[in-house]
Parts: sequence; structure tokens; C-alpha cells
Amino acid sequence: MIWLTWRQFRAQTVTAAGLLAVLAIAFAVTGPQLVHLYDTTVAPCHVQHDCPFAVGTFQSQDSFLQDLVRLVMLAAPALIGIFWGAPLIAHELEAGTQRLAWMQSVTRFRWLAVKLSLAGLASMAAAGLLSLMVTWWFSPLDRVGPGGRLDPGVFSDRGIVPVGYAAFALALGVTAGLLIHRTVPAMVVTLAVFAAVETVFALRVRFHLIPPVRLESALNMHWVTETGTGGPAGRGSFLVGITPNLPGAWLGSAKVTTAAGSTALGRTPSACGQASSYNACTAAISRMHLRQVLVYQPASRFWAFQWYETAIYFALALVLAGFCVWWVRRRVS
Amino acid sequence: MTAIIKASGLGKRYRRRWALSGCTLDIPAGQVVGLVGPNGAGKTTLLHLAAGLLQPTTGTIEVLGGPPPATPAQLARVGFVAQDSPTYSALSVADHLRLGAHLNPGWDAAMASERIERLGLEPRQRAGKLSGGERAQLALTLALAKRPEVLLLDEPVASLDPLARREFLQGLMEAVADQGLSVVLSSHLVADLERVCDYLIVLIASQVQIAGPVEHLLTTHHLLTGPRRDPARLPEDQHVISARHTDRQTTLTVRTEGPILDPAWVVSPIGLEDLVLAYMSRTAATKRRPELEVQR
Repeated sequence: MIWLTWRQFRAQTVTAAGLLAVLAIAFAVTGPQLVHLYDTTVAPCHVQHDCPFAVGTFQSQDSFLQDLVRLVMLAAPALIGIFWGAPLIAHELEAGTQRLAWMQSVTRFRWLAVKLSLAGLASMAAAGLLSLMVTWWFSPLDRVGPGGRLDPGVFSDRGIVPVGYAAFALALGVTAGLLIHRTVPAMVVTLAVFAAVETVFALRVRFHLIPPVRLESALNMHWVTETGTGGPAGRGSFLVGITPNLPGAWLGSAKVTTAAGSTALGRTPSACGQASSYNACTAAISRMHLRQVLVYQPASRFWAFQWYETAIYFALALVLAGFCVWWVRRRVS
Repeated sequence: MTAIIKASGLGKRYRRRWALSGCTLDIPAGQVVGLVGPNGAGKTTLLHLAAGLLQPTTGTIEVLGGPPPATPAQLARVGFVAQDSPTYSALSVADHLRLGAHLNPGWDAAMASERIERLGLEPRQRAGKLSGGERAQLALTLALAKRPEVLLLDEPVASLDPLARREFLQGLMEAVADQGLSVVLSSHLVADLERVCDYLIVLIASQVQIAGPVEHLLTTHHLLTGPRRDPARLPEDQHVISARHTDRQTTLTVRTEGPILDPAWVVSPIGLEDLVLAYMSRTAATKRRPELEVQR
């Protein structure tokens, strides 16, 4: 059964290995240069007092490869689901060859178990290798990066979560193929469901996996980046916007309230009207005794989030795999 | 001798339609069994139930004295070739033999490669590039080389041209003679089965109409021709399968264990094809009320 699975899976495996090799070569060529550039320009920039310039230059280094890698990391799990998962069973059901395979002296359970585990291991290995390379290549860029590693655009491309995505995408593709019996529709469904799950998870679920830190304190005037009139508290209400400087943190919300805790800050002080001076406005805000309420996930929780999210995607993959086993034994012929 | 297939009250329902119902059979081993009936009669369903690919809705089915194959040991005893002889189109002929060798402990590699050679199949050829007849032969080789005790073939010759049909059935008969296995093969054409079967099952409209050794069927069914009369006035032991009347003449197909004594009838033997057609026309005539007394 292992031989047959390998024989059927060979072309896809070789393709994936080839793509990984090409990427590895690109990384091997450019990676050491990035590290060298970081050590010579960004690391000593405090001495030369040109950090914004040095960081900016460094960030735009290899920008084509950066964009390409982001695209690859976004697409890789979906591609695994589409090209490895969906055809794995659907292709057999479409051609009727399961009736050939199931009448050999091998149980259906073994047939499915071997297919699922070999394809699953290959998917996870490919995703793990890819993530390892990407995490290594991006590590100097991540140190200066604008958002830190918890940033939703970065988090899902680093560490171990891509392995979880790959396992889930594969199981999803297999399940879709098993239920739909046709390869192409199964591919479409796999893509749609995977994109939906990943998006909803990143936007709605991930932040709440660990209760966020809630920080309430007097308004830090250094963080105020915006003042004006309007906003959610009403058209005439005073508005103060802050950008907290919490390196690498993932900010859920940053609110400015009155001393009593209300987000309606009252009327705009005259010192902050049009044509007012910066210092006068700052002084006027200070006199209001405003407070700030921050809800955020600190950068130190990166690996905790990685483990939780990977475990959840693994669990989803196992549930789908279990369903496939049950379905093949009971329903399909 | 154990039965190769023993079914009792076997039925299978898909959603609201019964594909097979009230099927009771006891097929002795060592035979070539023909399963004949029009398209959609339930032949594939019956074979899939026997192969363990489907679960029955009602009743029971036993294959070689046990449940339909589910364990490796049971699977090794039953060979099955599904309709249209599915093969892996991207795999070569040699790959298929390797597949069989990897997945079957009782694989007869010498026999498989000898058969492929005799058929003139190129081992490196992809199965997807084979003709229908060659594909059917490859699928049959796979099923034979695992050395089963019973071989189930679902419409093995339906998609073949007449020459390939004859070659396929000839090859099958040689293998049966060599290996001494039992075979059940289905077809919607009696002509395909006539030359090779020892035992016939007529399956029409999801029900078994009659089943028995071909010889017995031929000696118990008669074609009666005589002056026009009412078939209801025949002796008790003569069952009318079909009746045709002209103004002056009546032609009946009759099943009876005893001799036909009435001198008014001209009794002639019936061919297998006419026999099956008689059952088919009867079912068509009585479609609206279920026929329950057909079992012998």
C-alpha cells in the first residue's frame, strides 16, 4: 500500500520538492547578505544616529523576494489542500479505481490510513521545511519589522503554524473529495473553506486564545498622535488618538477615556482648535486628566500563540481524518 | 460443499428506490454463474453486496460461508472486477502487476506475467492508453493472479467488440479450468453467457425471477404451441411464464417439473435467450403488482 501511494503521489512530491529546492537556493544566496547588511548598517545605527534611514533601506532590501515569499506562504497550505488533498480520494472515486484497490487483500481502513498518513506527513514536512527556511531568512528583517512577529501578516508565515495549516488543508481536501466524488469541485470547495477558516481564525479567534493584557493608566502624552473633533463619541466630541509604543505587541484596542471612564471626552478645548499651537494643545489635554485603556497581547506570547494555534489546526485535521475513516468504512462503495 | 453466495431476504435501498429486494439465493461452488437481466435490474447491486462494497438494507448475504469480505484474509478469497474494468490510467501494465504483488499475499507472479505476455500487452504501456479489451484483460489478470476462490465480474464484456468478447470469455474459461474457481459474471445479454454458464440467475426489476442450473432450466421450461385457449385452464403444476395469442393459435412459455401430456400442444424446447425474454415480458406485463410467487 505504501508503494502504491508513493507511486500515485510521486509527481506531486517531486514538483513540491523542486519548488522547495528553488526557494532554498534563492534563500541561500540572499540570506547571508541580509545578515551581513543588518550587522553593518542597522546594528550600529544608534552610534551614527541614522536609524530611520538605515532601517528603511534595510527593509526595502530584496523586496521582490520578500513579496514573493509572503505570497508563497499565503498560498502554500491552500495549494497542499487543493493539489494533494482534494485529488487523493476524489481522483479514485471519479475513475472508479477504488473498486480495484478495495478488492485487493487490503482493508479499506488500511488503504485510507496509509494514503492519509503518507500525504499528511509529506504535507507537514513540506510546510515545516518551508517555514523553517522563511523564518530563518526573515529573522533579520523581523527584528526591525514594523509590526513584530505577532502581526497577523507575519505570525501565520513563521514558526510552526504553517505545519498545522498544511495538516488541516490536506484533511480538508481529502474530506471534500470524499464527499463530492469529483476532483475539480472538491478543489474549489477546499480553497473556499480553507480561506474562510483561516481568515475567520486570524481575525476573530486568535486574539482571544489567551486573555489579553488590559492596561489602564494616565494618558501618556508621548503616545498621542492625533487630536480632533468627532469620532465614535459624537460629532462635537473631542477626539484623542494614541499610538502606544509597545515593541512587538499585538494591539487589540487603545482607548482614551475621561477620569470617570467615559469615552465621551466632552467639548474640544479651545487651545486645540484650528490654528492652535502644539504646546498649548498638549498642555490643555494634560489639564483634562485623561486616561488610556490598552488591550493587547505582548510580544513574549509569540510561541504560546504558535503552539495553541498549531494544536487547534491539528485537532481539526484529526477530526476530519476520523470522519473520512468513518465515511469510507460506512458509506462509500 | 459450501455455497459461494447464499442470500436470504437480501435487499438494498438507495434513498427511496429499491435496487434489489427479497433476494434469496443459494449458489453452489464450482460453477460458472451467469447473472442476467436488463440494465438497472440490480445486477451491479447484487455483485457489490457480495463483494462487500455495499451494506445490505435488509436480509443477509454470505460469501464462501462467511460474511462478505472485510478482512485481508477474506478479501484474498474473493476476486472482483467492477463494471468497465477500472484501472489506474497513469500506471503502466507492469505497475499494475507490482501493485497486485504488493497488496496480495497469495499473488501468483508467474501466472500474471505469463498471462500478460500471452495477451501481447506491453508491460511499459500505460493502462490509460490500452484499448477497452486490453484493459478488461488486465483487470481480469489482476483478479485472477490473487488466486481467489470465487471471482465476481460485473458486465465484463459490455464495452468490448465481438472479437474481444470471445477472447475474453475464452481466457476466462481457460483460467477457470486451470484454477478450479467459481465465477459469477453479469451481463444484460444472454448471448454472452449462453456459451460459458452452468448456472443462471435471472434478475429483473430488482427481483430474482428464477435461478438454477442451465440444464435444469432448459428441461423444465417448454414452448407450447396449439389451438387458441385460455392459459388458466392448464394443469396445476404448469406455470405460465408468458402467453401470446393470435386469432387461432396460442403460444405459451411454461415451467413444469412433469411431462406435458396434453396432445393438443406441440411441445418444443426453448432456448436460453427466449427463456429470459419470457420472464422479461412477464415482468413488463405485471409491473404494477409485485410478483411474489416466482421463487421455486
